[in-house]
Amino acid sequence: MSETHKDVLLTMKGLRIEGRSDEQWMEIVKGVDLTLHKGEVLGLIGESGAGKSTIGLAAMGFARDGCRISGGEIMFDGINMRETSETERRNLRGKRIAYVAQSAAASFNPSHKLIDQYSEAPIQHSVMSRSEAQGDAIDLYRRMQLPNPDEIGFRYPHQVSGGQLQRAMTAMAMACRPDLIIFDEPTTALDVTTQIEVLSAIRDIVEQFDTAAIYITHDLAVVAQMADKIKVLLKGEEVEESDTKSMLNNPTQDYTKSLWAVRSFTRPDQPPVEKGTTPVVSVRNVTAGYGSIDVLKGISFDIHARRTMAVVGESGSGKSTTARVITGLLPPRRGEVLFNGEALPPDYRNRSRDQLRQAQMIYQMADTALNPKLKLRDLIGRPAQMYLGLQGKQLEDRIKDLLNLIELEPDQYIDRLPSELSGGQKQRIGIARALAAEPQFIICDEVTSALDQLVAEGILKLLDKLQGEFNLAYMFITHDLATVKAIADEVVVMKEGIVVEKGPKAEMFQPPHDPYTELLLSSVPEMDPDWLSTLLEERARKASGA
Amino acid sequence: MGFLIGLFWLAAVIVASMALGWLFRTIAIAISPHGVAKEFRTMPLTAGFGLLMILTYVFVAIFAPIIAPFPETEIVGREYQAWDNVHLLGTDNLGRDMLSRLIYGARNTVGIAFVTTALAFILGSVLGLLAAVVGGWLDQFLSRTVDVLMAIPALIFALLLLTIVGTSIINMIIVIAVIDATRVFRLARAVAMNIVVMDYVEAAKLRGEGLWRLITREILPNAMAPLVAEFGLRFCFVFLTISALSFLGLGIQPPTADWGSMVKDNATLISFGDITPLLPAGAIALLTVSVNFVVDWQLHRASGLKE
Repeated sequence: MSETHKDVLLTMKGLRIEGRSDEQWMEIVKGVDLTLHKGEVLGLIGESGAGKSTIGLAAMGFARDGCRISGGEIMFDGINMRETSETERRNLRGKRIAYVAQSAAASFNPSHKLIDQYSEAPIQHSVMSRSEAQGDAIDLYRRMQLPNPDEIGFRYPHQVSGGQLQRAMTAMAMACRPDLIIFDEPTTALDVTTQIEVLSAIRDIVEQFDTAAIYITHDLAVVAQMADKIKVLLKGEEVEESDTKSMLNNPTQDYTKSLWAVRSFTRPDQPPVEKGTTPVVSVRNVTAGYGSIDVLKGISFDIHARRTMAVVGESGSGKSTTARVITGLLPPRRGEVLFNGEALPPDYRNRSRDQLRQAQMIYQMADTALNPKLKLRDLIGRPAQMYLGLQGKQLEDRIKDLLNLIELEPDQYIDRLPSELSGGQKQRIGIARALAAEPQFIICDEVTSALDQLVAEGILKLLDKLQGEFNLAYMFITHDLATVKAIADEVVVMKEGIVVEKGPKAEMFQPPHDPYTELLLSSVPEMDPDWLSTLLEERARKASGA
Repeated sequence: MGFLIGLFWLAAVIVASMALGWLFRTIAIAISPHGVAKEFRTMPLTAGFGLLMILTYVFVAIFAPIIAPFPETEIVGREYQAWDNVHLLGTDNLGRDMLSRLIYGARNTVGIAFVTTALAFILGSVLGLLAAVVGGWLDQFLSRTVDVLMAIPALIFALLLLTIVGTSIINMIIVIAVIDATRVFRLARAVAMNIVVMDYVEAAKLRGEGLWRLITREILPNAMAPLVAEFGLRFCFVFLTISALSFLGLGIQPPTADWGSMVKDNATLISFGDITPLLPAGAIALLTVSVNFVVDWQLHRASGLKE
């Protein structure tokens, strides 16, 4: 091997990957080149369908079921990954190339202890004995800043939190001290506050062992913290690649610029609500919970017509439970929910049809919120038919109006099934179904968190437009503060079932904050590549000062 | 040598069956409208053969009086006559024409099995879906009742019940349907349990949909795939149960032709190396295999399983 190639770890040349759909092969990666040096971190970004994960897996010489690597060359440290034997590839995987998946919870085997799963790869590849591997695991758990590193490995996956599990998974990937780790959206499913811990742990450990990494994500601010250089992908093709600083400061391609500009949508401030108007929904001293545990502890807030109330908090803070109380799925133990000044029956089964009509809900996962066996006509038409008694021609016209409202061509879409739509379109159908009931109030439960940024932006704009047209009141449940900035008029910050802070948006983003709000706000990643380091230093200083 | 010849015949039969399946599929694609033809294209040869056989059975069952050369119960010759030009498959222990009885048997055995399975399905899936949707005490009550019924071995339980209520075709249908409904109940309930927790069912509940619409529009269409697969398997089991009961003398009563009792009546011939008594058994086997071929195809299609 010549001197010049010595520190190149992975090269891909003209990589092409095809996927099978509807009985024919479609190209999903269209000739991508990639070079990765030892100890270097490459960020792969793009929307879903850009081929990020497929390229990541191809680095291991692996293609998902129904996919095949159809062209190009993959060289890993002098080994041609396409031509070498399956046995050889298997020897490399886990030992020299490791993979960290998006959902650690789904990737761990729930019936084995963490440390046993950690030891599996080193023992399999005869790198360490079981006792060595366990000692090593505890050492790595400590470096990953997991609490109780000596004991945590002896727990089962369901006994540790999501952020801890993701760190345990990274530690596991490190077990054989690989040359290359592929991180596939490791923090996407986590809260912002947990995300910071995982990011800093990953960054430290990659630096300590001088491991090369491919970091796949759709979040630019995150990749800015992690990567030395960034490659932007669109529909299986490279848009551009350069080092992180110059990529952030002066992207050359239009597509990259549009990605950068996504977070700029902000709707104009609404005039303050006049004193004495009756709020559309008023939650008063609600205490509710499952079994003997109170999830909500005496929360109150009001939502007015044509206003958006954002409810923010980490998972487990009681945001979704609040929605369940308002819709009547979970009758509260104490307190009540008023609708236009009148108390709603606590259980949805006791509510009148009109009361049910007035409060609609849009779900986070459009996939599970739409019955896969019904056509759009029936999905959207049913509420209109049921609540408003529309029939025949009238109903048909109404469905078409609704499809027009959500910017889908009626004649083309009316007879489709949900499976024939993209993620963003499904979410639009969820919105249309809520609108079909002609409600005054809509609960949006994390409606954009499963979507790409550009698509999510489209949904936010649509919701904003509809609010103006139909005078709707929104309750917007989210953990993403960028979304809050974009769409909210008022904000409620929740933590462990208590409202920590509430008020107009402008006040929320101005100091002074409640300490918890401060923590949330400061945890939102920023585009600045030094943001994470600065923040961690600052927090360390405060902690030692206090 | 004999083994090799056997192997040759086996291969020949398989090839012939596949050829039939291919022929059937080609014709089916050609004559059906566009949407249905697309479905048929996904059909493997095994399923084509299975479907052809099922259709043949149905045809034979419907037109039995026209096809059969002799009446079902009339004595038309000596006992145990060998195969000849008049009685193509010979006669049985009382001198009735074997081929005619085989044809009428399709009507009785298949018809009764179908009615029984359909009844078991209506009963089992309605109760199962209801238990999953309503939950609470209704679910507890139905599930525990089913547990008790399932604790008793099916065939013995059927014999016991038939002895109590007396043997008639109606009683047999009801008894087998109730026993098999317990199996369908468990499946329907388990499948529905996974669907009930979906957001779209929650959305429908919040919309204020009634129980009936919830079951028929939101849950049943999404539970169809496993239920259809189960229907095919259940049909075979019911079919075999009826034949077993008839063989034991508690099923379809003489002189009605039935494949199970036909095996029993002519069992003596087996000792003489005659294969005639095995023909009804072969008819049962062929139908069972055919139904399973078709069910496999449907299951594959509905669940998106890979090869």
